[in-house]
Amino acid sequence: MAVKNKENKLIVSVSPHVRDGESVGRIMWSVNLALLPAFIMAVYYFGPRAVYVTGLSILAAVLTEHFFQKGIGRPSTIHDGSAVLTGLLLGLNLPASVPFYIPIAGSFFVITIVKMLFGGLGYNVFNPALMGRAFLLITWPKAMTIWYEPTAKFVGMDATTTATPLGVLKEEGLPKLIQMFGDKSDMYLGMLSGNTAGSLGETSALALLVGALFLMARRYITWHIPVSFLGTVALFAWVFGGEGFFNGDPLIHVLSGGLFLGAFFMATDYVTCPTVRKGQIIFGIGCGAITMLIRLWGGFPEGVMFAVLLMNCFAPLIDRSVKPELFGAVKEQKQ
Amino acid sequence: MSRTETFERGIHPQYHKELTAERSTVQAALPKRVLIPLSQHIGAPAAAIVAIGDEVRTGQLIGESAGFVSSPVHSSVSGKVIAIADFPLSSGKQGPCIVIESDGQDTYSDFQEHPDYMNLDPEKIKEIVKNAGIVGLGGAAFPTGVKLSPPKEKLIDAIIINGAECEPYLTADHRLMVEKPAEIVEGLKLLMKTLGVSEGYIGIEENKPDAIAAMEKAVSGQPIEVHALEVKYPQGAEKMLIKAIKDREVPARGLPMDVGIVVQNVGTALAVYEAVRYGKPLIERVVTITGDGIKEPGNMMVRVGTLISDVISQCGGLKEGAVKVIAGGPMMGFAQWTLDVPVVKGTSGILVMSSDEYVSSESYSPCIRCGRCIDVCPMGLNPSMLSILSEKEFFEQTGEYNLFDCFECGSCAYVCPSKRPMVQFMRLAKSQSKP
Ligand code: SF4
Ligand code: SF4
Repeated sequence: MAVKNKENKLIVSVSPHVRDGESVGRIMWSVNLALLPAFIMAVYYFGPRAVYVTGLSILAAVLTEHFFQKGIGRPSTIHDGSAVLTGLLLGLNLPASVPFYIPIAGSFFVITIVKMLFGGLGYNVFNPALMGRAFLLITWPKAMTIWYEPTAKFVGMDATTTATPLGVLKEEGLPKLIQMFGDKSDMYLGMLSGNTAGSLGETSALALLVGALFLMARRYITWHIPVSFLGTVALFAWVFGGEGFFNGDPLIHVLSGGLFLGAFFMATDYVTCPTVRKGQIIFGIGCGAITMLIRLWGGFPEGVMFAVLLMNCFAPLIDRSVKPELFGAVKEQKQ
Repeated sequence: MSRTETFERGIHPQYHKELTAERSTVQAALPKRVLIPLSQHIGAPAAAIVAIGDEVRTGQLIGESAGFVSSPVHSSVSGKVIAIADFPLSSGKQGPCIVIESDGQDTYSDFQEHPDYMNLDPEKIKEIVKNAGIVGLGGAAFPTGVKLSPPKEKLIDAIIINGAECEPYLTADHRLMVEKPAEIVEGLKLLMKTLGVSEGYIGIEENKPDAIAAMEKAVSGQPIEVHALEVKYPQGAEKMLIKAIKDREVPARGLPMDVGIVVQNVGTALAVYEAVRYGKPLIERVVTITGDGIKEPGNMMVRVGTLISDVISQCGGLKEGAVKVIAGGPMMGFAQWTLDVPVVKGTSGILVMSSDEYVSSESYSPCIRCGRCIDVCPMGLNPSMLSILSEKEFFEQTGEYNLFDCFECGSCAYVCPSKRPMVQFMRLAKSQSKP
């Protein structure tokens, strides 16, 4: 790139000669920071196990990346924060009760198979954390679906297991779900704050929203994917989610499960979503539609993970077909 | 005037204009020797019409225009031709130059003056402009005479004078507008007359209120509007300027004249006036010498052909820690390998960056597909995709993504968190594929 003239010490490189201060590291660390509120809520509701599980998965992700890169003779990129982010996201996608080998195996799998074998950051096709969750769900289906009551405030778990709101909704219906919380407003409140069963980081919609707004304010993510994703889910839930048509409760579906975590933090993963904003809207709608197909008519109570992974496959295609608006394009056609 | 106009997308780099914005233009010392390249413009190089040993005067024709898109060159000093050979140029390439040793007298050749310049026939004005070697002074150096001779089917209805000066650091156009507003307006009126148009515009970025005020005053009572433009790069690119002022979109791969507009830089307008009124060919221009790496930043009237090293020493020389010397601005200028290259008609600035200002671009990483480059590309391209295709050498696919609409403004590289050399990728792909 840049070359230096030994005599006069001048550096020669291609324009431009100034750049803004943004770097991959700064972006990745900011996303890590944006997940902090959700992490704090996870610790609040699920106790020290939240620290244990996410800590293990972060550690495993960072060490795997470091030694993999050393092994193939490349400089280690762990300082760019992306391995930490993968580990953190994977940790937040796990139930509090998982045994120690699950976060470790998950991180090892995603960093080696999903990230490094595809060529490292920038080349992976699938969102690493979600691939990890899918892999773990298939390998250890039992351990991955044991949910604890989130009652323990910063303390250890009382080992009462329960079902996630979406699980209850699917198996036993809305009245039962409302009854579980007390009344309807308690239910919404529980979902906003995170006082429900579920993966560590997905339960508190409010905490996730705070982090997401921070990322939007810094323009690290834009509204296109989250809004189209959430909007599609709400629309489907309203139209098809109740008795007959146009009778469903969109809020339950929007606030529960991994939707906020998925829509704000994983569907927006740069590498695995389309780059063109218009294409991102299509991507978001696709994610939302598939999520609801699975939730309403599929075999699982939750559909965000498969929806995003499926849409990841389409991202390259969307980028090829949806181009940004070329300056001067309209008039060219007229001529 | 009260509107602030602009185009879509673009970037907001730090401008750093305060280094030189208040500094009046000073006359640079007469160079002892000038290297005058035969090709300082887009198009065919001029053909030398002097031989080694010939005595020449300031302003004398030494290279003849060789084709429709070409431009003549003139001696910028009086003295003797001592060499005609290839020398390194500020574009990074080598090119034929006529080397003239100054006799220190600065004896001018006889210029044909036209005190009644406004009554000249348009054809005559065109001829004078062409023979004076006037080219676009904004950087691209497109021969002005060619722009004044559009094909018959292109009806031109407006001329825009480009005073945006959107490149950070540069203040050459700014100073001209403050110091010579009346002359610029006369130049514009001559251009309007030549093309038979009744609408004239002057577009200036809002960060130059004194230039806006000066130009407003100079145009009062004439069919010319001064427009304040948002401070945004690349506001001064022709297509963006036309979009901002006339809300017309030049078709992709097209030219301003396709939407009935001709754009000229403020320096060019001044050169037109001086050529038509006083018969003076283009032999000097205002250059901004700036950056944290130069001892005494300022704006200077410099003879074409003066070595950059000569200009730099007149500005106190390089500071300790100067790491990069750029001909032009930081967004589109050329980094110099040696300082013994001449100032040419298109040299708007000499920027000396210190190690503090310089952001290393030595290593870059893969595209993380963040989309930031797409959000800023003024041409509405997908620079991410183009850079990846170029990187993987899938050159034949770049046409599908409108590679040749890229004008290398560098906005995409400016925002790229992976520090990718985007402009290099674009140039590589262009050199490897057909438009
Ligand atoms: S250099 Fe080309 S691709 Fe990049 S922003 Fe400018 S016009 Fe767009
Ligand atoms: S700004 Fe850089 S990293 Fe981001 S999409 Fe463009 S080329 Fe890729």
